[in-house]
Amino acid sequence: MNLEYIGLKEISGPLVVLEGVENPSFEEMVEVTVGREKRLGRIVEINGDICVVQVFEGTHGISLTNTRTRLLGKPLKIALSKEILGRVLDGAGRPVDGLGEIYPEKYLDVNGQPINPVRREYPRNYIQTGISTIDCLTTLIRGQKLPIFSGSGLPHNQLAVQIVKQAKLAGESHDDFAIVFAAMGVKHDVADYFKNSFRSSGVLDRVVMFLNLANDPVVERIVTPRCALTAAEYLAFEKDMHVLVILTDMTSYAEALREISSSKGEIPSRKGYPGYLYSDLASIYERAGMIRGKKGSITQIPILTMPNDDITHPIPDLTGYITEGQIVLDRGLASRGVYPPVSVLPSLSRLMKDGIGEGYTREDHPGLANQLFAAYAKVQEVRALASVIGEDELSDLDKKYMRFGRAFEAQFISQEFGEDRDIIQTLDLGWLLLALLPREELDRLSPELVDKYYKEPDESESRFIRWM
Amino acid sequence: MGETSQGTIYGINGPVVRVRGDHPFQMMEMVLVGHERLIGEVIRILEDETIVQVYENTTGLRPGEPVISTGRPLTVKLGPGIIGNIFDGIERPLTSIAEKTGPFIGRGTVMDNLDAEKLWDVRILVRSGHILKPGRVIAEVQETPSVVHRIMVPPGIEGVVDEVVKDGRYPITKPLVRIKNGKAIHDLTMVHEWPVRIPRPYSRRLPTNEPLVTGQRVIDSLFPMAKGGAAAIPGGFGTGKTLTQHQLAKWSDADIIVYVGCGERGNEITEVLEDFPKLIDPRNNRPLMERTVLIANTSNMPVAAREASIYTGITLAEYYRDMGYHVAVMADSTSRWAEALREISGRLEEMPAEEGFPAYLPSRLSEFYERAGMVETLNASTGSISIIGAVSPQGGDFSEPVTQNTKRFIRCFWALDKSLAYTRHYPAINWTDSYSEYTEDLRDWYNKNTAPDFMEKRERISRILQEESKLLEIVKLIGSDILPDEQKLVLESARVIRQGFLQQNAYHEQDTYVPIIKQYHMMKSVLRLHDQAAKLVAKGIPVSVIRKTGVFEEVVKAKYTIPNDDMEAFEELDSRIESVLSGIDEDYSGTERRRHA
Ligand SMILES: Nc1ncnc2c1ncn2[C@@H]1O[C@H](COP(=O)(O)OP(=O)(O)OP(=O)(O)O)[C@@H](O)[C@H]1O
Ligand SMILES: [Mg+2]
Repeated sequence: MNLEYIGLKEISGPLVVLEGVENPSFEEMVEVTVGREKRLGRIVEINGDICVVQVFEGTHGISLTNTRTRLLGKPLKIALSKEILGRVLDGAGRPVDGLGEIYPEKYLDVNGQPINPVRREYPRNYIQTGISTIDCLTTLIRGQKLPIFSGSGLPHNQLAVQIVKQAKLAGESHDDFAIVFAAMGVKHDVADYFKNSFRSSGVLDRVVMFLNLANDPVVERIVTPRCALTAAEYLAFEKDMHVLVILTDMTSYAEALREISSSKGEIPSRKGYPGYLYSDLASIYERAGMIRGKKGSITQIPILTMPNDDITHPIPDLTGYITEGQIVLDRGLASRGVYPPVSVLPSLSRLMKDGIGEGYTREDHPGLANQLFAAYAKVQEVRALASVIGEDELSDLDKKYMRFGRAFEAQFISQEFGEDRDIIQTLDLGWLLLALLPREELDRLSPELVDKYYKEPDESESRFIRWM
Repeated sequence: MGETSQGTIYGINGPVVRVRGDHPFQMMEMVLVGHERLIGEVIRILEDETIVQVYENTTGLRPGEPVISTGRPLTVKLGPGIIGNIFDGIERPLTSIAEKTGPFIGRGTVMDNLDAEKLWDVRILVRSGHILKPGRVIAEVQETPSVVHRIMVPPGIEGVVDEVVKDGRYPITKPLVRIKNGKAIHDLTMVHEWPVRIPRPYSRRLPTNEPLVTGQRVIDSLFPMAKGGAAAIPGGFGTGKTLTQHQLAKWSDADIIVYVGCGERGNEITEVLEDFPKLIDPRNNRPLMERTVLIANTSNMPVAAREASIYTGITLAEYYRDMGYHVAVMADSTSRWAEALREISGRLEEMPAEEGFPAYLPSRLSEFYERAGMVETLNASTGSISIIGAVSPQGGDFSEPVTQNTKRFIRCFWALDKSLAYTRHYPAINWTDSYSEYTEDLRDWYNKNTAPDFMEKRERISRILQEESKLLEIVKLIGSDILPDEQKLVLESARVIRQGFLQQNAYHEQDTYVPIIKQYHMMKSVLRLHDQAAKLVAKGIPVSVIRKTGVFEEVVKAKYTIPNDDMEAFEELDSRIESVLSGIDEDYSGTERRRHA
């Protein structure tokens, strides 16, 4: 373990090859000393006494002869204690806020271990975010992994901050609540934006930040979400806290993975991404959830920017196959000034079915959500037709849908950044909008619910007239 | 085991381990890797090296650690204790793993696959002197209140019964029957092992002319599945593959369900574990868990074990088929299995074919789907395996290799459609892209067991839907106002079919499962309405007039308003339709007459 290896056999991208290594172990950490600088690396392949090492800080400045390398005898672990709350760490879990080392209660392997499905608890408690599109149509559940699919320049960061600020669990106290924030390849101002927002909402001492920014080493990005989730698991399952994890930007993460994969000369699948991108992303996203007999929980909101706004790109695509739904943002809505520009139809929360309705939110919630989806889907059809034959030529009914669509976007989807609507407000607003349509159109709702909740059309006409 | 029965680790690359040394390993042999004895399997033998895939996380393994030969292939243990249980990809019980390593899955946990201590009530069915052939049932055990477990003579063994124990309570390892074959003596217990990659033998294949009834209207009525058939459910993320599989696992009329969660979400397995013990099988009023076995290798569990999980699942299914049961295997998702193949293949630096998948992808898929079938078993009973495989195409694009190759080996294709899912039309099975090649095989069964004109009704329903999609092309360009009324009626009836019949709410107590006979009556009511309305339209009555009466909505809502066991209510519905329509007719002819007068 104390042996030092002088020099290298080969260097390729972020990888170096060591020869003559005694007793290495797979995924063991190594320390590479270049001049005065110490860099961290990890063994990613072993063949006899030859080891391929991924260097987190990158290989710039490294030559075949100017390094000394030491094996550290263990996989990557981070120091954890409850003190991490309020701290800022780098992408590999080392403090960078000048407040000194973390006095560890524990060291944990950042790779974690899969939760045994027989010990999971199925998440059922809904989190009110105060945002109508989310609360009504894609309800967030505690313990869920619900990503934001965005595009560059869209307000995903604002949305994430608004969720953090407003998130409320029906009838629970706030002191067992923590936020783990992991930045991968985002700009300084994004990290600052989050930090300032946490500060201004008075939660900064409940936040731990893991920052690998745009100018930080690319390879380190591979371990950043893992460090963050290890901290989250510690807080949730050893310290009984409800942890909200924000991971941004998963696209930069996946690009780092692609870079390493191509340096290793691996056979790519789609768009140059490695064939194991799915499994790799799953090893991150599956670290959300709840465990039977434990009080805490991990809710994940990963953010990713879809290259070219393309939802079929491997990163959003494989993410969608793993997460429990997605909130999709839409450039068209954003350019029409709608905030948050949530694209309602492709957005989905798979866990909402068990957390809404009678006893949770309100009896009409499932049916109402369904009806709003169906009506808004119809709006899209009618718009397509209107763009062909002109709006004036539409039937009366179709015209009603056009009006409904405009009011829905302006008043339901759209809300102020600081506007915190409670669930009852949101549901009532939904009914008010439905009153713009003839009663017979409400085919996804039981007649009893319609009788009980259907609003006076005149009231909604006057309320929405300026938006239609 | 001495020095000679092992090799040593030379290289490690993820789940792939290179082994050197003198020991001649066999292909597909199971090995124990490293000091922690991780389970692995030999997947390639080179001149100076053996390649092993390891079923557990390889972090921390070192060159020089031993790799122990077991001399036998990767097998599963077959015996009582399988049903109601949940295993990982290589048949290790996850509950026992949890007892050992807590809420997170630890490594190197070698344990009994089946509970060796539990005592079972055994009823012996053979006596000394009986001549036994492979497959013969020698004893019975009530495995769960829903399943009688038939202990069979394992394939490859035969002879004359020499000794038997009395009926009584025994553990699975207790020798129950001793048979002699010349000099050879076999002590048969309740359990035997079988290599997962080798299909279990049967006497002969039988035709697939009985449906797997699922209670899902779009499946049973439009794209039916046969017992012993193979079906694929392809669809982009969030289109409803898992939910459809869960629905089939809950409500299909198989005797045994093997649910393989292959590289998917942990919470989906948890959901089954929480729901199934509470859900009641309509056929025997017992909890559904009593006929279900789960194989769970979630997306974050080791990828090599994901590859094996499919075989483990199908082997357990064959075992119950051999007892004379109808077994349905759900594999969610076969794409994740194909990706596991791709990942291992990539690490072996094999030449890839399409999109990085190995060239043997099609042959592996075909071997898997070939294990479906209706058969006469070795003991002359009839059993079947139906396979329903989810496919998760990248980018939701059905032209990718897994979907395309799967299509060659299945006969039932339930294509899930993103745009239907976006509008919350569930199940989002697209009625133009889906097909079932079993329809003809099942024609007689349907006509005999439901109503003589079932198939005729079904065909008319499909025709209306086809006409609708043609008309919609026109509507997209000019709107529907200009269409003649008989075409407007087609659109209206198609809407009733889509909303009232094809859409089925999995979360609704009645609608989640609908008996075929009700499906028939629903189709009949829709068609009756359509035909009667067509007569009015022919007389010049506009569809909008008929629509105003709300009669179409009434038929749409029949799925909720008419209970699943009250077929007489359809007569009332029909006479309502009749009276509403003749009411219009009279009014209309009345005004016409007055106008003429
Ligand atoms: N028959 C149905 N009734 C009601 N809701 C449905 C139905 N089918 C699908 N859904 C809805 O669609 C959501 C997604 O379904 P599901 O999880 O089965 O998708 P999937 O195709 O398995 O996705 P993935 O590939 O990501 O696993 C469900 O959570 C549910 O909300
Ligand atoms: Mg699924």
